[in-house]
Amino acid sequence: MIEANLIGAVLGGALIGIAATLLLLLNGRIAGISGIVGDIFGDNSFAERIWRAVFVVGIVCGAALYSLISGPLSVQLQTNKPLLIVAGLLVGIGTRLGSGCTSGHGVCGLARRSPRSLAATVTFMLFGVLTVFLMRRLGL
Amino acid sequence: MQILTALITGILFGFGLSLGEMINPARVIGFLDVAGRWDATLLFVMGGALAVSVPLYPLILRRARPLLDQRFFLPMKSAIDRPLIMGAAIFGIGWGLGGFCPGPALAALASGSPAVLLFVIAMIAGQRAAAHIVK
Repeated sequence: MIEANLIGAVLGGALIGIAATLLLLLNGRIAGISGIVGDIFGDNSFAERIWRAVFVVGIVCGAALYSLISGPLSVQLQTNKPLLIVAGLLVGIGTRLGSGCTSGHGVCGLARRSPRSLAATVTFMLFGVLTVFLMRRLGL
Repeated sequence: MQILTALITGILFGFGLSLGEMINPARVIGFLDVAGRWDATLLFVMGGALAVSVPLYPLILRRARPLLDQRFFLPMKSAIDRPLIMGAAIFGIGWGLGGFCPGPALAALASGSPAVLLFVIAMIAGQRAAAHIVK
């Protein structure tokens, strides 16, 4: 396993927290990425769609900016493409049905002291752990 | 103006995800692999984010409105119901399988990996499908 950089982790996390806090303070919006992506599509007004699309472009630019500063991004895929597509479908369905993901429920929902978000966060963490456990058992 | 703030906060978010290595599925799956060689990185990223958002959110929400809009746009649901738990469980399974949740997957697009693009397209397709069914 690659050695962990815990200082980078805390600083990176703080940046995520600052981004989410600024989005709430300035625009009055929750930085829930699954909802932001999902609502670019569907029947929302142009104004509602455009800021979300720009935010998503910003996320990609932020990662690109990081790679400009510190070299190629390390993205070590752990699953083959067919399984990755299944994973994508499940993440999409689950976050829509459950109204959020790691950012919306995890970072923002817990900060709002939302019991709903706490329940969601505990649930997806638990199922994530179970899934990895089973995958390891099956040798995937 | 709100478009510009969306861009800047998006960039900060993507930069933070990259610095915290959350765009690397090996890190995320390492965190979920509690029975194997556990990787604490995600816990520290989450801690760093919550250290900012937990104290500041209540202060901001005490205001009558955000700086650039007439009101706050907050989730209205409060019940811990079946769709919430089922959805979170399905999301958790997908998260464990691929090691990607939505934010990191989008940020990882910057790596140019076609496999990440496939994941993102599948994720959006899943969202659209669920939006039609749940409505």
